[in-house]
Amino acid sequence: MSEALYFTKEHQMVRSAVRDFVDRQINPFVDEWEEKGIAPLHELFKKMGDLGFLGIRYDPKYGGMGMDYWAETVFLEEIGRIICGGIPMAIAVQTNMATPAIAEFGSDYLKEKYLAPSIAGNLVAAIAVTEPDAGSDVGAIKTFAKKQGDHYILNGSKTYITNGTQADYLTLLARTSDDPGYHCFSLFVVDTNLPGFFVSKKLDKLGMRSSDTAELYFDNLKIPAQNLIGIEGEGFIHQMQQFQHERFSALPMAYIGAKRMVDQTVEYLKGRVVFGKPLITKQVLRHRIADWLTEIEALKALTYHIVRLKQAGQDATKEISMGKLLAGRLLCQVSDGCLQMHGGLGFMNEMWVSRAYRDSRLIAIGGGANEVMSEVIFRTSGY
Amino acid sequence: MEIVVLLKQVADTEARVAPTADGLGVSTGDAKKIINPYDEFAVEEALRIKQQLGGSVTILSAGDDKAAEAIRTALAMGADKGVLVNDPAVMASDGLGRAKILAAALKTMAFDLVLAGLRAVDDDSHLVGPAVAELLGIPHVGGVLEVTVENGSVFCLRAADSGQARVKAMLPALLSAQKGLNTPRYASMIGIMQAKKKPLQTLSLADIGISPDSVGPNAAKTITKAFMPLPQRAAGRMIEGGTAQEKAANLAKALKNEAKVI
Repeated sequence: MSEALYFTKEHQMVRSAVRDFVDRQINPFVDEWEEKGIAPLHELFKKMGDLGFLGIRYDPKYGGMGMDYWAETVFLEEIGRIICGGIPMAIAVQTNMATPAIAEFGSDYLKEKYLAPSIAGNLVAAIAVTEPDAGSDVGAIKTFAKKQGDHYILNGSKTYITNGTQADYLTLLARTSDDPGYHCFSLFVVDTNLPGFFVSKKLDKLGMRSSDTAELYFDNLKIPAQNLIGIEGEGFIHQMQQFQHERFSALPMAYIGAKRMVDQTVEYLKGRVVFGKPLITKQVLRHRIADWLTEIEALKALTYHIVRLKQAGQDATKEISMGKLLAGRLLCQVSDGCLQMHGGLGFMNEMWVSRAYRDSRLIAIGGGANEVMSEVIFRTSGY
Repeated sequence: MEIVVLLKQVADTEARVAPTADGLGVSTGDAKKIINPYDEFAVEEALRIKQQLGGSVTILSAGDDKAAEAIRTALAMGADKGVLVNDPAVMASDGLGRAKILAAALKTMAFDLVLAGLRAVDDDSHLVGPAVAELLGIPHVGGVLEVTVENGSVFCLRAADSGQARVKAMLPALLSAQKGLNTPRYASMIGIMQAKKKPLQTLSLADIGISPDSVGPNAAKTITKAFMPLPQRAAGRMIEGGTAQEKAANLAKALKNEAKVI
């Protein structure tokens, strides 16, 4: 077992605790949540928070477990076993997308008021960066927070916000000055119960259907000045660092998810007889599967290398971008190929592979599209 | 309240098991090992009693090196310390041999209450709990569904043949847990982190004053001669009959006379 090379007994106990929880408290409800287009995140996160799953890496001072990146990786691998993409994404928003900046750059006040209850599962978080006219081009956002006394007045809108209809607060990036360049943005914690916060609509998506996604707008919403995360004007930089946690979270979920698709497809091929023989005997299919297994292993190895870099305190932006690019491509390729191997049955919505195909598509887009990853990789490669 | 829980590590109930080539053992492959599910009820009940009355919960297991993992899991659930009797003779002992080992270990410990699972899901002998109680000369209540400790006694609800029975026993006593007693908690992350700092003592047979000859294969009172695989499932059968009533009557007859399930 190569696992023992990377993970301690304690990590393995975390693995079995999370796996048990996923098997008993999540997977049996996924079909229902997919059907409804939303999951009861307050209830689910409270259960996870009680068990300590939502703050594995965070400071024990705020209820975190103070464990290492390997433990976080174990957690992400295990939520990758959830039988859809929407729920792991909703969880990763809470642990890896909306809270890392508060933990890294936030004041004690923000950590007490927002990070601690997020770790405990009492608050549901969302990350609000994308706007109708600004996705991967983060610098193009228009939402503006204008300083006025001890408040910032927020106007604008955000879209494709995961957990958006249920979130208690947003970690939000807004412009705070009209100057050109990247030092004119700031990151805030925005309470969604403040006057001026509106959910314009819940969005209907191709996949990730158990996760609610919203379009939001802000009409003269008064953000208390103490809700500024880190340094005013440095929000873009803070968010780029936070993105590293977000993008990393896609990696374990991708290789675990892809491997599960392959395993289930092989089971199907063993039983599916075509022209008198099980499909698994066809070399063309076996070799295609071997290619996928090879790439899955490569992504896993790259991920473990990234964890080592992070553990050593080294910058892993290039490697994480490479992993995210590989993960996006791999999931598209494997889910498409597995559906193909199921033939007409794979096209039926009742089949797991149909859901996997729909959910997989997002990884090449969300958290920075493949094309943006390629740009980052080129730029950070020293040419 | 000092509570000791007898715990056995078993192969995951979902593991595929098969007789070994010589038919004298069972191979579980590289199946995941878990706490015997009935023992998990016992651990949970012990933790609940402790929450209510204070004291400590000790996990006692007889097994091999791997069994330490099962003890750690119970410590992560909230038990206070673990004791593992680790000796090659343990794994080669029959149920009575294991009971002797556990009883001898218990004699070296202080306890008011011992909890065990009603049965182990691997060899399913339903033996160890009652045998340990017998060897210690303490009361045993089997298949408990409810437990209340009060003034030096324990009040239990247990399943009986065609109903339930309320049983009172004086402490110290040994109870074996039936399914339905409780829903075991999950090990929390904090529990997992604390578990590695909790004491886990390993004892040899010599430490508990057991001579190797009195347990192990040579002292076994029962010998399993062969393990056989489950028979292949037979093909289904259509119940004949002209009308629905006739079919139903034939089905009832088959269930009663052939399958003997009603």
